[in-house]
Parts: sequence; structure tokens; C-alpha cells
Amino acid sequence: MLDLLLLVIQRDLVLAMRRRADVLTTLVFFVMVVSLFPLGVGPELSMLRKMAPGVLWVAALLASMLSLGRLFSADYLDGTLEQMMLAPQSLSMLVLGKMTAHWMVSGLPLVLMAPILGLQFDMPGQELGILIIGLLLGTPILSMIGAIGAALTLGLRGGGVLLSLLVLPLCIPVLIFGTGAVEAMSSGLSVVSHLSLLGALLVLALVFTPWVTAQALRISME
Amino acid sequence: MIGLDIWMRENPLTYVWFGSYAVAMLIFAVEIAMVVHKRKITLQQVRLMREAGEEE
Amino acid sequence: MAINWFKYSAPTTFYGLAGKLIPWFAISAAILFAIGLYIGFVVAPMDAQQGEFYRIIFIHVPASMMSMFLYMIMAGYAALGLIFNTRLSAMMASAIAPTGALFALISLWTGALWGKPMWGAWWMWDARMTSELILLFLYLGFIALHASIDDPRRADRAAALLAIIGSVNVPIIYFSVKWWNTLHQGATIKFSGTSMHVAMQQAMFTMLLACWLYAIAVVLTRVRSIILERERNTTWITELPEMKR
Repeated sequence: MLDLLLLVIQRDLVLAMRRRADVLTTLVFFVMVVSLFPLGVGPELSMLRKMAPGVLWVAALLASMLSLGRLFSADYLDGTLEQMMLAPQSLSMLVLGKMTAHWMVSGLPLVLMAPILGLQFDMPGQELGILIIGLLLGTPILSMIGAIGAALTLGLRGGGVLLSLLVLPLCIPVLIFGTGAVEAMSSGLSVVSHLSLLGALLVLALVFTPWVTAQALRISME
Repeated sequence: MIGLDIWMRENPLTYVWFGSYAVAMLIFAVEIAMVVHKRKITLQQVRLMREAGEEE
Repeated sequence: MAINWFKYSAPTTFYGLAGKLIPWFAISAAILFAIGLYIGFVVAPMDAQQGEFYRIIFIHVPASMMSMFLYMIMAGYAALGLIFNTRLSAMMASAIAPTGALFALISLWTGALWGKPMWGAWWMWDARMTSELILLFLYLGFIALHASIDDPRRADRAAALLAIIGSVNVPIIYFSVKWWNTLHQGATIKFSGTSMHVAMQQAMFTMLLACWLYAIAVVLTRVRSIILERERNTTWITELPEMKR
């Protein structure tokens, strides 16, 4: 089982590395959206500091939507996905592998980039730390929920916009707990409850979304 | 906006009626019209298809 | 009572049954709306705190309740259709979605109109209004997904899966929004619940019942069109009286 998981992750990472431009586009989009906000609302540091977690989270949410369309479509077009479904191995496991690879390619770079952008917004060190932990827990959930949407909209016209329409409302709890943790930190409350709820969501997503995505793929492929 | 605020407090019932009930009824009316229209269109389509099938 | 309920779960018999029931539902909905409005505007007294503005709740509360109930019913039908592969359940689910979305819209609109005199703002990021807005988004997602898939079978099944995911998510979203709201100390005004006059309760209940009957009538009419469309190649359709001119 684990071998299979590692194999799928490795394969998807190799494929992603061959098309590095796609990975970079997501990251550049994230940086750009975040940098647009100070231009839009003005450069007062006190206000920027207050809205930084929200801006970073919403930008991460939008950036992760961008690359979701590619999650299954390449494999769908060249027939690999069909072979995967016929394979004796469990489809959920394959899907989990693809989700993990997607997160490593499009979620992890955002998390690594976030501290630098946070400094642009003059976020204090401790809050920055909480933001990163939150993003680290939250972005995998975004990839996993997004995978369901990607599987449902596989091969449809105008899939990209539709995908965002389906997935964004489902991601709201992640957004709330992620930004809530940072705000709790800055107002001197305990951050443990927010982060543990985010962790609970991550566990729930890990348990259910691969199976649901596999079902969605079966529906889309029949 | 202040004008609206004063007007609203002077004529609360008009505000309630035209603001919410008339709008709600309008939405209901639009939905009913849509449903009836869809029924008509579907009936027409199915009839056309059937006639086309008989001629063959 | 030896009614064979499964008989009516086949589109063939359901089509006829629905056709007979629709006028009754529609007429009683209209009568109940009239009674509800009469009680709400003539019999029910003015509220001490909220003045005449509170009368919006006679449409606002039933509409919000309907939008939530209809989502649950839609998800239930979707689940039935996905598990037992029944044709009719999937059609019902897709017939319910537009009505539910419109009720959510009415609820948001009337909520905003109630909020303006009460809170001094058209919109508050209050837990209930925010969840209602997200519910509307979920409905729109369902409708959009169903509309963009050409193959009806795949559309039914994909949308059904989405509805089920949504119904699992609705409580999570509701509690997270509520929690977020208390964190930000939102100004939630509660209706002065205990002192609600009997006539107010009667008006609300009558309106709720009217909304149910209305929703059933509209959904049944819509599902009849969907049945006609999907089953147009079968013989029972050609034998229908409305097909013969």
C-alpha cells in the first residue's frame, strides 16, 4: 500500500518537474494577489498588520484553485486514469497519492513563501509562526477538497470557473479556523483550539476525501 | 440614504409590503411562470419528436 | 393500509399522481398564504420593540426554514438516487434545487430589509445570514454542476455526490461561522422570544405551511417536465392524453 502511495507521489512529482512553469505560475499568482492588497487599501501598517492573515489565506485559497484543474485532466486525456481505475490497487490510495503530490507542488511552495509576504505586511514573528502552522495544516485540506471538485468537473467545458464555484464554499471552515488562530494569538487568546480544530478537519479530510474523490472519478469516467 | 431612513420610519407598513412581500411574491410569480413555461416547451418538444418519429 | 408506495416511485405512475395532486397543493397554498397574511397584518398586534418592521419575519423565517429543509430533502433524494439507482429520486433532487435556491434568496433579501431598520445596516456578518448566503452558494454549485454536464446520468450522479458532500459540510460551516461570529462579537439581535404573541405564532405557522404547499406544487410541476423530457422515447409517454391532440 505504502509503496503504491510513494510511487504515485514520485511519478506526479517527476511529471510536475517537467513542467516547472505551471508550478511557478501558482506561486507568482499568490505573490501578486497578496501584493495587490496594500496597493488597493493603502499603506498604513497598522491596518495591513490586521488584515494580513486574511489576505494571505484568501490568496492561498484562490491560488490553490488555479492548479486544481490539472490534477486529473492530463491523466484523463492520455488514458492513464482509465488504466489506474482498472488496476487491482485501490483507487482511493492512488487518489491520495495524487492529492499529496498536488499539495507538495502547489500548496507547500505557498507555505514557504508566506513568511516573506507576511513580513511585507509587518506581521510580528509569533503571529507569523502561527500563520505558517495554520497554512501547513490547512493547505492539504484545500488540496483534498479541491480534488473532489476536480474529479466531478473532469473533462467539462468551462471546468475551471465551475470548479471554484463548487469548492470555495466548502473551504470556508478552513479559512475561518486558519485566520482565527492568528487573530486569537494577536488578541492574547489560546491558539490551541483553532489549530486543533484545523487538525481535526485535516484528519477527517484524510479519511474521507480520497474515497469520495474515487467515487466522483468513477461517476465521471463511466 | 438619510431620506430613505426617515421615509422608512414614517411608513413602516409600506416599507414592509413593498420591500419584502412584494419582492417575495414577484419571485414566486417568476418561478411559477418559469415552471409553466418549461412544461409547455417540453410538451411541444416531445410532440414534435413523436411526429418526426411517425413520419419515418 | 395496503398502499403500495413503491408503485408511486416509478416515473410512470408518479407522473399521473403528481398531475392530479398539483392543483390541490397550489390552491391550498394560495388560501393559506391569504390567511397567513391576514393574521400577520390584521390580527397580530404591533411588537413593542420592533414596531411594524417585525412583520417581515412572517415571510423571512418560513423562507429560511424552507431553504434549509429543502436542501436536506434534496440531499436525501440525491443519496437515494446514488445508492438505489432509482430514476425518480435523481429527478426530484434536480427539481428541488431551483426552488430551494429561490427560498434562500428570499430569506436573504427579507433579512436585509429587516436588518436595515433594526441594525441600521442592510447586511450584518451575522452567523445565520452568513450561513444562509453559503447555503445559496451550495445550491448554485449544485445547479451549475448539473447544468454543465450533458449526459443526464452522469449529471444526476455527480450533482448527487456534491449535494451529499454539501449536506455533510453545512453543519461544519454553520458552527464555524457561528464561532467566528462570537469571536468578532457580532451584534446578533434575538427576537424577544418568550413574549411572542399567539397570533404571531399562528401567522408564522400558517405561512410556513403555505410555503411547504407552494414548494411541493412547484417541485412536482417541474419534476413532471423533467420526467417528460427524460422518458420521451418510451411508449407510455405517447399514450398520455396531453400528447394526443
